[in-house]
Amino acid sequence: MSKTVFRNGTVVTANGPVTADVEVAEGVIVAIGEAIGSGGDDVREVDCEGLWVGPGFVDIHTHLREPGHEYKEDTESASRVAAAGGYTSVVAMPNTDPVIDSGHLVRYTIERGREVGLVEVASAGCVTAGRAGEKLAHLDDLWAAGVRMFTDDGDVVADAGLLRRAMDYLAQLGGVVAQHAIDPGLARAGHMHEGAVASGLGMYAIPSAAETVVVARDIELVRLTGCNYHVQHISAAPTVELVAAAKREGLPVTAEVTPHHLAFTDGDVRATDPAFKMMPPLRTEADRAALVAGLQSGVIDVVATDHAPHADHEKDVPFEHAPNGVIGLEWAAAVVNDRVGLDPVRFFEAMSVKPAAIARIAGQGRWLGVAEPANITVFDPQGITDVRDTRSKSRNAPYFGRSYTGAVRYTMYAGAMTYEESGVLV
Amino acid sequence: MNHLLTTQDLDRDHLTMLLDTADGMVSLLERDIAKAPTLRGKTVATMFFEPSTRTKLSFDKAAKALSADVMSFTASSSSLTKGESLKDTVLTVQALGVDLMVVRHGATGAPWRVAEWVDVPVVNAGDGAHQHPTQALLDSLTLRQHFGTLDGVKIGIVGDIRHSRVARSNVFAFATLGADVTLIAPPTLLPVANSEWPVHTTSELDDALTGLDAVYLLRVQSERGGASVFPSLGEYRARFGLTAERFKRLKPDAVVLHPGPMIRGVEIDAVVADDPRSLVLEQVTNGVAARMAVLYHLLGGEADV
Repeated sequence: MSKTVFRNGTVVTANGPVTADVEVAEGVIVAIGEAIGSGGDDVREVDCEGLWVGPGFVDIHTHLREPGHEYKEDTESASRVAAAGGYTSVVAMPNTDPVIDSGHLVRYTIERGREVGLVEVASAGCVTAGRAGEKLAHLDDLWAAGVRMFTDDGDVVADAGLLRRAMDYLAQLGGVVAQHAIDPGLARAGHMHEGAVASGLGMYAIPSAAETVVVARDIELVRLTGCNYHVQHISAAPTVELVAAAKREGLPVTAEVTPHHLAFTDGDVRATDPAFKMMPPLRTEADRAALVAGLQSGVIDVVATDHAPHADHEKDVPFEHAPNGVIGLEWAAAVVNDRVGLDPVRFFEAMSVKPAAIARIAGQGRWLGVAEPANITVFDPQGITDVRDTRSKSRNAPYFGRSYTGAVRYTMYAGAMTYEESGVLV
Repeated sequence: MNHLLTTQDLDRDHLTMLLDTADGMVSLLERDIAKAPTLRGKTVATMFFEPSTRTKLSFDKAAKALSADVMSFTASSSSLTKGESLKDTVLTVQALGVDLMVVRHGATGAPWRVAEWVDVPVVNAGDGAHQHPTQALLDSLTLRQHFGTLDGVKIGIVGDIRHSRVARSNVFAFATLGADVTLIAPPTLLPVANSEWPVHTTSELDDALTGLDAVYLLRVQSERGGASVFPSLGEYRARFGLTAERFKRLKPDAVVLHPGPMIRGVEIDAVVADDPRSLVLEQVTNGVAARMAVLYHLLGGEADV
């Protein structure tokens, strides 16, 4: 029986961080303690001195691009990228072609993840049929196939009456509505944050209010329905305030922030490089600071990548013609460590434990402990991630040529090493 | 100077040099044979991905007056309609053999992208609502001819500033040359958060009018959503049009400019447009000279003009 022992790391357990060894056998953590599991030829020893050993990261906002857009990314390439980023699970967004609005497409998505076998692929499902915003998707069917997170991501569920019906329905089941919170009227024709930079560029722009009016409205619907509600890719300081107030009130409201919104601002759009184009747009330094503070305090529960691959030819165009989205699974942890600087408990809470809780992925996001599944990420908070290349099929990212403090050293999924620093993938 | 993309990074010396060269081009254009051999053997591609009449004709004339060959491209007649990308299009044109590209595009920043892709100088002939630097040069030239300098000249830019690349170019060129610039427009046509701009702003044309040396009118751009951002054209004319009545209240030596095309009866009354103090046709003539100066400097013309 082969074993792996992670030696001398800062191990993040339910009781907080401890310096210890972690022994894994047959996909399960069998022991945590000092100087355990020694001896035997079939023991893989991993030196974790100075490293954080915690639950594998969980991304609740990944665009696998399969089915339908495999020229941008597919389950296999995305899984490799995710493993290299320290992820052991991802939630596939349903804006594929066809869109994931019924059970058989969910089963296909999950099955493709199993075939590749590098991360656990869960699937979100649409709120509305065809993601068209007109009538409800097959919510029961999606639920039965395993969907717990419902979203029309890429588009807001704009119709308050329709959203209310979905929330009534999902409140009973226990699902969560994840909202792409951008008011289509206020965002109309906009390409970037409305402010001084957009004014100088003469670009049609999107005010922060496009986000806040949707979230404020939706919080009213949470009061009305009791449904779990999750704000995707929060971008504006006033939205952080809305989420904080909802939490103080005890409403089941959560929020995610992307690495790119933690790292960049609308000032980076000045050169109109489409690598900085995404929805919602990068906002001001004051907004960025509020997002950092929100993630530190826990008002913003989790980091989610919104990993959104697009092919070179789609981004080799003027900014206004480029599609929204950037990739980021590979470097998310380094960017968060560099730009936010969380302690190991909050770090793994934001990267793993809470995302798994929001998306209800059993067996993921578990504080390390005996008998827990061996989904483990080893992170070096002092390591350096130089962003030069990517395992993704696409290269649309603002990170290239930059360096971040923090590096994923090992990723273990279900007891098997899926990534090591050397780049070898099992 | 590798490209001419924006007026925002042109300093006073640079602007003055271009205007001085343009003055020489004005003289050349007044000769009996208004043509110099300076750019013989050079090829200028004018690539208009957005419709244009006067700017394209002006660049054509400028290139030909310096004996350059001109290749023209317009979006409606191109492979773009067959789905070819902007990048492939400009690389194709470069491969045909050109020495300079003049690019107009509806998207902000497009000429910068083109400049990244090609190895020849790029002149921005208008990108979205962002920049139109040769327009700013010809306007600065026209004002300098009239006033001798832009130092201290009070210029009011009136109209759809939010959606205007002409305004964005002129604001920086005029201010760099020492003018005092006021933007005058309804709140929905003023740029949002423009505190970084070297300007005053107001929505009261009647208050600002009597202090101005030059009134620079912008066209109401219905194709950029202008019509939906104020209640009606009639209301616009009543508050922001340079009517015959308002024209009378201007300083006696104040002048009127407009980048064209003018919409008579909306932003400008016909009697104002046709008054000798309207410099609109001088602007058009100066446009050729200003563009000749740009081509001359970018293509390293050395022979005496």
